Amino acid sequence: MEFFERFAVPNPNPAIYASMVAIVVVSLAIIFGLTYFKKWGYLWREWLTTVDHKKIGMMYLISAILMLFRGGVDALMLRAQLAVPDNKLLDPQHYNEVFSTHGIIMIIFMAMPFIFAFMNLVVPLQIGARDVAFPRLNAISFWLFAAGAMLFNISFVIGGSPDAGWTSYFPLAGTEFSESVGTNYYMIAIQISGIGSLMTGINMITTILKMRAPGMTLMKMPMFTWASFMACVIIIFAFPVLTIALLMGTTDRLFATNFFTSTNGGMDMLWANFFWVWGHPEVYILILPAFGIYSEVISTFSGRNLYGYKSMVGSMVIISLLSFLVWTHHFFTMGQGALTNSIFSISTMAIAVPTGVKIFNWLLTMWKGKIRFTVPMLYSIGFIPLFTVGGVTGVMLAMSAADYQYHNTMFLVAHFHNTIIPGVVFAMLAGLTYYWPKMFGFMLNERIGKWGFWFLSIGFVLAFFPMYITGLNGQARRMYTYSEATGFGTLNFVAFIGAGLMAISFCIIVFNIIYSFKNSPRNVGEDPWNARTLEWATHNPVPEYNFARTPHVASSEAFWDAKKRGHELFKGEIEEIHMPNNSGVPFIMGVIFFIAGFSFVFALWVPAVVALIGIFACMVLRSFEKDDGRHISVEEIKATESTYGGAHS
Amino acid sequence: MKIDHTQPLEYSTQQNQLNILGFWIFLGAEIMLFATLFTAYFIMENRTGNGPTGPEIFEISPVLFETFILLTSSFTIGLAVHAMRIGHKKAMLAFLGITLALGVAFLSAEINEFIHYYHVGATYQTSGFTAALLTTLGTHGAHVTLGFFWGLCILIQVAKDGINPRTANKSFIFSLYWHFLDVVWIFIFSFIYLKGMM
Ligand code: HEM
Ligand SMILES: [Cu+2]
Repeated sequence: MEFFERFAVPNPNPAIYASMVAIVVVSLAIIFGLTYFKKWGYLWREWLTTVDHKKIGMMYLISAILMLFRGGVDALMLRAQLAVPDNKLLDPQHYNEVFSTHGIIMIIFMAMPFIFAFMNLVVPLQIGARDVAFPRLNAISFWLFAAGAMLFNISFVIGGSPDAGWTSYFPLAGTEFSESVGTNYYMIAIQISGIGSLMTGINMITTILKMRAPGMTLMKMPMFTWASFMACVIIIFAFPVLTIALLMGTTDRLFATNFFTSTNGGMDMLWANFFWVWGHPEVYILILPAFGIYSEVISTFSGRNLYGYKSMVGSMVIISLLSFLVWTHHFFTMGQGALTNSIFSISTMAIAVPTGVKIFNWLLTMWKGKIRFTVPMLYSIGFIPLFTVGGVTGVMLAMSAADYQYHNTMFLVAHFHNTIIPGVVFAMLAGLTYYWPKMFGFMLNERIGKWGFWFLSIGFVLAFFPMYITGLNGQARRMYTYSEATGFGTLNFVAFIGAGLMAISFCIIVFNIIYSFKNSPRNVGEDPWNARTLEWATHNPVPEYNFARTPHVASSEAFWDAKKRGHELFKGEIEEIHMPNNSGVPFIMGVIFFIAGFSFVFALWVPAVVALIGIFACMVLRSFEKDDGRHISVEEIKATESTYGGAHS
Repeated sequence: MKIDHTQPLEYSTQQNQLNILGFWIFLGAEIMLFATLFTAYFIMENRTGNGPTGPEIFEISPVLFETFILLTSSFTIGLAVHAMRIGHKKAMLAFLGITLALGVAFLSAEINEFIHYYHVGATYQTSGFTAALLTTLGTHGAHVTLGFFWGLCILIQVAKDGINPRTANKSFIFSLYWHFLDVVWIFIFSFIYLKGMM
């Protein structure tokens, strides 16, 4: 009996029991459905074992949308709890768990897979490549992410959720104050998906450096590819720091080491430093690809070249460097002295300069352009003023003396949501709509899409702008309730309504997907948006080999110049194409990693060791395997091409 | 696979070139990993709580032995790659074997060292300092252990299939890894042991 008690939830309540039932029912329904419609084989062959970058991208995308809803439900619970003073909807412990999981899910398991989805879907096409450099490794990255996400998501029904915030500061996150296994989940789930992210970084950098189409010099790369490249460079430098911090946190919790304790020489600030040496650059890992998407969308729908290509690239390089030099602005108030605070104050503010350059470039791109107000363009236009507000309040926070007023108040919460929602979430929705025909061969409905946009934007403003005011008035972050006398009630109720509108907007977006799936015409052709870059030079949806013939590139907007200036993209005959084989090993490794992670969370050493041996066995197997892939013959390519209307045969 | 005979074998296919570049980038991440460990160690160096300090537990002779062995193994893996370049399979296997044997010798010395620490009361749980020390050494040691098994797989493949673009590529990448571990050890030797004993 005692053995099973470890898996019980420490603070159960009806909502958790209801979720348990829901999880079991949904799982059974999925298993039943797959069996009934005889789809197991299809699932295995086409998805679980795939090494195709486009399919992996789509799987990231689906995961990200699911996690958006999971994190969104958490957000609604938080806002509902704060909607009126002295509310008793959630108890304090439950509130702690909800804001902790909300933050982690949104950053690690929603935003990260969303950007990886677009890197996978777009980068190889934009550079005219057959695939990424290491297709098999790419699949492993995805399944590690999936294993981490699953592990994190079961925490609230098996053993308890993390409750020390998404930053998991010690000693609060130590065993003394955080007794349940929740923080073990945090350490291990993020570790597993973090390894996957690092592998993606390596993969994408190699791909971009080595697999560009002939003629595409570095300074002719499309902007999204540049942005992904810089984000991956940040990943290479930032993620190992997180790996070590999590390792130390894990041993502190599982083996009673003294890295972050307050006795025996431990040092809690070491965690805070390591966390933010990773954490601040992480924000730029998310925002740079988002900027890349805006650049593509804005130039396409303004009908103009991106203004200031070189300064766009330069500003990204500068932002990447600076992102590593600002981390201690997260603890201005923790007693580090005036000189340190001043230095980090200034370095933080400096980031506003290259960011401003980018904003002006986008504005100037639109200036003389003929703007088409499509859904992706609306998101991009909405992004500019909203993100600027977030940037300005960021500079306010960067003034270390003033930060004593803002620190850990709702002002901060308003600021970072103000950058991350118009910055990252809007970009992802813009990218989703823009690249939808690329993935599936039909368009999303524009009218419904616009409804989604307006609900989201208005909901966003209502949800977060009131927090600036309550924050300045002293409403603390991470407080589960406040008294009537504070007068925060009205504004918090407005924020609750805003959050509700945002929830509706996400439902509209999903409705749009279903509606368009049923009603939109298929075969929209190659170039439904009249676009500019290479990914639009192949069919929609993309055939598995991407391009029947390797494109030859002479400018950064190769496809546009092919259309308008008669550049010739495709020369020569069709030749056979080399493709990697599918493999089940990455999926199996993901499963074993999940088992290993789960065993570590509960300190079940026997299964943990068995699982680790399994992981090494997979690696040895891979080492001895001889798999040179296969070739798609010229006839097959020609046959496929003719089903698309034979444009390139 | 198109094989380009103007290149050394390990670079002779496109995938081979990708593998090598990818591995260099991976080593970049590894540098960050160890840099973080060293940072933690330097911060924790004097945070010994009630436990022993570095000078009290470090012993020069086993460390010199470990250093000597690891440096030698870096030399022998270089010889293995050289033998591979001139197509001398037997010599290559021999040097690879010696390298791995030296790796085992290093590991057993290190395990002995850990047992010694345990006996003088410097366990993983003793203090911030011992935790940082053993994590840094342990991470390096775990890398060597992994390297041993990896090298073993490659050795078997070279023995079975001879020197071809695939095995040459793997061996070359393995040699990069092994040299890297050596470089890390030199940092450990200088900045943990020598500095700690002075
Ligand atoms: C969809 C609308 C959203 C709403 C209504 C919302 C609301 C909230 C609220 C009320 C809090 C906690 C305040 C407290 O500490 O008591 C919070 C925290 C947080 N949110 Fe959101 N959020 C939303 C979306 C997002 C997104 C998209 C992200 C990131 C991509 C995000 C990242 C975070 C983070 C990192 C925290 C801090 C958690 C912590 O304190 O440990 N949120 N959010
Ligand atoms: Cu920051």
